[in-house]
Amino acid sequence: MKLKLLAFGFAADILGQRKLEIDLPESATTADLRIQLDGMYPGLKKIGTYVFAVNQTYAQGIQSLNELDEVAIIPPVSGG
Amino acid sequence: MRYFKLTYEPLIVEETMTPLQHDALGAHVLFVGTVRNQSKNKRVVELDFEAYEPMAVSELELIADKIEQKWSIEHILLYHRLGKVAVGEIPVIAAISSKHRTEAFEACAFLMDKLKETVPIWKKEIFEDGSEWVSATP
Repeated sequence: MKLKLLAFGFAADILGQRKLEIDLPESATTADLRIQLDGMYPGLKKIGTYVFAVNQTYAQGIQSLNELDEVAIIPPVSGG
Repeated sequence: MRYFKLTYEPLIVEETMTPLQHDALGAHVLFVGTVRNQSKNKRVVELDFEAYEPMAVSELELIADKIEQKWSIEHILLYHRLGKVAVGEIPVIAAISSKHRTEAFEACAFLMDKLKETVPIWKKEIFEDGSEWVSATP
C-alpha cells in the first residue's frame, strides 16, 4: 500500500519534506513503518523518541495501518 | 466555554479577557509566555513555531476534558502563535476562569504542563549563528 505520511519539526528537516508517500506491505503496522523509516532516514534516530499519530490521534502501542490513514511522525513536542 | 486559537497574528493580552469576563465569575488566571533572549547560554533572536494544527486542537480538547473532570471551572482558553515570534513577544496565553481563584490557578498550571507534554506544537530557536529544534535531540 501507499501510505501518506506527514512530518513535522526536526523530522521534516531530516526527511527533507513535510509530506511523502511511502510503500509498505499490506497489513503493515506502525512498528513496520518505524523500521522502514529508520532504514531510509538514519538521521531520525537522532530525534530519540518520535511517535506516530494515526488520524490525528497518538498511536497506542503497535497499531495496524491502512492506505486511507493519515499518519504523522511526531517528534518530542515543544510548544509554549 | 473553550477558546482555542493557533495564529500567525500577534497575541494581545487585553483582548484575551473579553470572552472570559462574566459577572458570575470572580477569578481569571492568565498565563502569558514571552520569548526569552537566552537559551543554553546562547543569544536567542526569535522562535519559529509550527503545529500539526487539527491534531493540536483535538489534543487541547482532550486536555480540556480532563480539566473539566478535575475542577469546577467555567472557561478554558489557549492561544498559541505559529511562525516567527521575536524576543519579548508572546507565543502563548493560557487562561482559566472560574468563580473562585484556587481552581483557576491549579487548572491553568495543569493546562500549561499538558500543553508542553502532548500538544503537537514545535519550536525552533533561532540564534545569531544558526538554529535548533527544541528538545529535538536527547
